[in-house]
Formats: sequence, C-alpha cells, structure tokens
Amino acid sequence: MDDFFGIPAPLLFGQLLLGLINGAFYALLSLGLAVIFGMLNVINFTHGAQFMLGAFVAWLLLNFLGLGYWWALLLAPLIVGAFGVVLEKTMIARLYKLDHLYGLLLTFGVGLIIEGLVRNEFGSSGLPYRIPPELSGAWDLGFMFMPVYRGWVVLVALVACIATWLVIEKTKIGSYLRAATENPALVQAFGVNVPRMMTLTYGAGVALAAFAGVLAAPIYSVNPQMGSNLIIIVFAVVVIGGMGSILGSVITGFGLGIVEGLTKVFYPEASATVIFVVMAIVLLTRPAGLFGRA
Amino acid sequence: MAAPGGFEGTDFRQERPVFMGFTSTQLIAFGVMCAVLLIAPFFLYPVFLMKVLCFALFACAFNLLIGYVGLLSFGHAAYFGMGGYLAGHAAKVWGLTPELSILIGGAVGAVLGLVIGWIAIRRQGIYFAMITLAFAQMVYFFCVQAPFTGGEDGIQSIPRGNLFGVIPLGSDMSMYWVTAVIFLLGFLFIHRAIHSPFGMVLKSVRENEPRATSLGYRTDDYKLVAFVLSAALAGVAGGLKSIVFGIATLTDVFWTMSGEVVLMSLVGGLGTIFGPVVGAAVIITMQNYLAEFGAWVTVIQGAIFVLCVLAFRRGIVGEIGNWLRVRL
Repeated sequence: MDDFFGIPAPLLFGQLLLGLINGAFYALLSLGLAVIFGMLNVINFTHGAQFMLGAFVAWLLLNFLGLGYWWALLLAPLIVGAFGVVLEKTMIARLYKLDHLYGLLLTFGVGLIIEGLVRNEFGSSGLPYRIPPELSGAWDLGFMFMPVYRGWVVLVALVACIATWLVIEKTKIGSYLRAATENPALVQAFGVNVPRMMTLTYGAGVALAAFAGVLAAPIYSVNPQMGSNLIIIVFAVVVIGGMGSILGSVITGFGLGIVEGLTKVFYPEASATVIFVVMAIVLLTRPAGLFGRA
Repeated sequence: MAAPGGFEGTDFRQERPVFMGFTSTQLIAFGVMCAVLLIAPFFLYPVFLMKVLCFALFACAFNLLIGYVGLLSFGHAAYFGMGGYLAGHAAKVWGLTPELSILIGGAVGAVLGLVIGWIAIRRQGIYFAMITLAFAQMVYFFCVQAPFTGGEDGIQSIPRGNLFGVIPLGSDMSMYWVTAVIFLLGFLFIHRAIHSPFGMVLKSVRENEPRATSLGYRTDDYKLVAFVLSAALAGVAGGLKSIVFGIATLTDVFWTMSGEVVLMSLVGGLGTIFGPVVGAAVIITMQNYLAEFGAWVTVIQGAIFVLCVLAFRRGIVGEIGNWLRVRL
C-alpha cells in the first residue's frame, strides 16, 4: 500500500487532506451564501470580505486584547455578524424592491471598501496567526502524518454545516425561515416579522463566513486578499451545487475540494482551473446545478 | 421586475430619430462629444485621453449587454485582457501592423465570448453574473500560467508600428487620432446595433423574455449574438490599449478590472448611450488624481458603487436625461 497509480501514498493522502480542508471552507462559505440567497434573494458579494474580516478580528483580539483562538472562535462571528446586521438594516434592506442585480452591485462595493480599508491599515503582506497549543502537533496515522489542526478544521466545519442544516430543517425558527423563503407575504400575514428574520438571516450567514475566517486564520496567513481569492471559487461551487438545498451545498463544497486535491496530484497544471471546468460541464448537462431546482 | 437602466421611471418626451437613429437631442450630444474629441488633445495630455477612450469603448461594449439585454456580465475583463495580450503578441512577436493586431484582439474577444457566452446564457440574473465572473477567473489563471503572456511581467515594449504599414504612430498625437477614430467607429457600431430590428428584439428580451419567446424569437440566439458582439468590442478596446501603452499585463484580466467597467457604466448611467463614455472619463480622471493614495482608490471606488446603487441609480447621463425628459 505504498503507491496508487505510481503516486506515493503520503503525497496522495496529503493532497486529499488539503482538498478536504479547502472543501471545508467551500462548504461553509457556500452554505452561508445559500442561506442568505434563499431568504433575501441577494447574492452576497461581501461574503469574501466578511470571511477575511473574521480572520482579522481574530488577529486583533489576540494582539490587542490578548484573547486567544477559542475566544475568537466565539467573538469574531458575533462581531462581524453584528456588522452584517447593521449593513442589512441600513443598506441592503432598501434594495429588496429593485432588481436583484443592485444587491449584487451594492455588496460588491461594500466588499471593495472593506478590503481597501484593511489593506490601508495592515498592508497586503499578511499577518501570522499561531495555531493554538491545544491543537498543535500531528497524529501518526500509519500511512501519513496528520496535523491536528487540519483534522480539527474539517471536523468543526462538518459539525457547523450539520448544525446549520438541523436548525433550518428541524427547528421551529427554521420552519419559519423555509416558509418565508417560499412565500414571504403569506408568512408575514401569519404575524411573523419577516423583515427582522431577513436581517437575522443575513447576520447569521455573515457570522458563518466570519467563523470560517477564524478557522482559516492559522492555516493561511491573515491578509486582505484571502477572501476575494476564495469567494470567486465559492461562486463556482454555488453554481455547480445549485442553491436549492443546504445539504447539497455541503456535499458539493467538500466534493469539489477533494476533486481539486486529486487534480493537484495527477495533473497539477489544471488544479487552479478544475473547478471552473466542472462548472462548465455541469452547466452544459444540468443547468440548474446538481442539487438545484430549475 | 425591471432590468436596471438609466431611465428608471422617466417620463419621456416623444422624439423621432432624425439622423442615423439619433434623435435631435442625441445628435446634439453626439456633436458635442465629437467636438470635445477634436479639441481636447490640444489642451489635455493625449496619453490620458487615449486611456479614457480605450475604457470608454470597453464600457460601451459592456453597457450593450447590461443596458440593452439586461445581462450583467461580471467577467468582461477576460475579453478585454485577452484581446490586449493577443494584440500585443501579434504586434510584438508576429510583427503585424497595429490595425491587424487590434482586429486580432477583437477576434479573440469574440471567440472567447462565443464559448463562455454559449455556456453562461443557460442561466439568468445573478447566476449569469457569477458564471461569467468564474469563467473570467479561469481565464486569469490561464494567463498566469501560459508562457506567451509573460506571467507577472506581462508583455512589455509592444511596438505601436505603422498604421497600414505606412503611417508611423510613434507620436502621441497621431496615435490619438487613430484611437479616436476606432472609438467613434465602435460607438457608432453599438448605436447602430441597438437601433436595428435586432436591437429591438434585445430590448424585448430585457423587458420580458418569456413574451419575446412566445412571439417566436429564439431569445438565446439573440442573447448569444449580443454577448459575442460585446466581447469582441471589449477585445478591440483591450487590443487598442496594448498598442497605445505598449504593455499588456495581468491587471487587465483580473476581476477588479471587471468591477471597474461595471462601475464606469453605473456612474455614467446603465442603458444610456453616452453614459459609459462619461463614466469612463470620470473614473479614469479620479484614478489619475488619486493614484498616489494607493489602496484608497479601491475604498473610494467601493464607496461610489454604494452611493450609486443607493441614491444615484440613473447615473450622471441618466439624471440629465431624466431632467430634460429625453433619452441620451
């Protein structure tokens, strides 16, 4: 069991693990996008910037308040989520009656502002964020060494995705959410405060992005571009999966991460573009996406 | 839900086209634009004006899609940048004359637009925007790796050469006149396309696609042709820019460039004929004056986006047109 198709096993498993990690971020981010889109009909172009903000808030908490990784995991999503709530209340909410494209343009502009401000303040080179001591080191799995933190990221991302799915599918508030996605006017007629639900949904989606940002901080260096580079790939993931189903986003996210990892092993030149190629194939065969409704 | 346009809710005066599809007000505006093009190089730096004209053509090409078909392409940098690379390659490595190099840029834009457009028009609205953005990013990654683009360095010292092999374009003034003529040809071409029967079908697709389909139009074919035209003109604009500045780089294929062309059209007025030109002039001027402030340019551009979407959706030309109650 030393090599597969001439590929040494440690390389193969190493790339598979990297693929799973990237997949974890694709899943978390596309999940947030799908939840926001389902409720608000706005595609949140600020998502990448909010992911990056999560990482920066974690860094700020550590360096200015001395609050470590575990606090950041709790506080950064709350802080960035609160910012999302303000954004929705003051700006996005004014656009619901207009063409959806305006929501896209607005959130794109907000993303530019955030990214530009952060770059002005911190430069574009990137800041280091240490892996917390509890999660450093590596496990020897026999066929490869697995850094503890990477395993942790995949596990936590999975738990967060499943928790989101449970909230939406199995709780009362989730049922309101699903109903309001289908027919907001009717739900409002039953006395549910739909505008407030929209605000909170946006805040929750943004918090999820910031949570992913904190998870990413120790893996990638914390830099202003970390979100925008990722978010375009996540858009492709969303197109491939279709935004109709929560579990669909999660499966597509992890699946495409693995596909990307395998491409790095077998044909590295195509690793940056493989997801876009998959997107083209899916659009040609199933235009609504793998899990989408037409 | 109405597609974004510069004349949202405007109550127009009845005006008939008097010449080449222009109404009398549009004809006056066109005359003013031509006069500015004639006089400006004697007062302003020609290289700056050429930059404005390249981006004005790019923005007009983009506006053909958003303003008249209602399709928001968020990946127009791909056609602009690839057109620039290929035109630069043709002029520098193959030694072709500038007009042929620019035409090659346009052809590359058209072919790329055909492939991407053919796939992307299967989805509408925000999906269309996301798909075009994703494909443009794929083109960007291709350009990072492909040997002929020169990677991070780009293609440098592209010769301007001699127009038709005889007229040297080394001086900024002669290059300016060529740029102005190409821009005007592109502008008139778009204007003609919009006011043709083909353009009418495009507008009906924008207003109500199912209805256009039920009237017997193959709306996908119309959308694709419009997409290819737009991409080809973006390629011409990119090729022109490479020849003028002698350089083609990754900046021109990056997603920020796609965002900039959206911003130019939005500031000038989506769906107005003159809006993209005014928008390009405003944004390029702003970039020129703010260049020393570095990342603040991004912040200000973002702020303009937000401001335009929240309070100023008609754009500059759209507001003027709304005030005069005429289409501009």
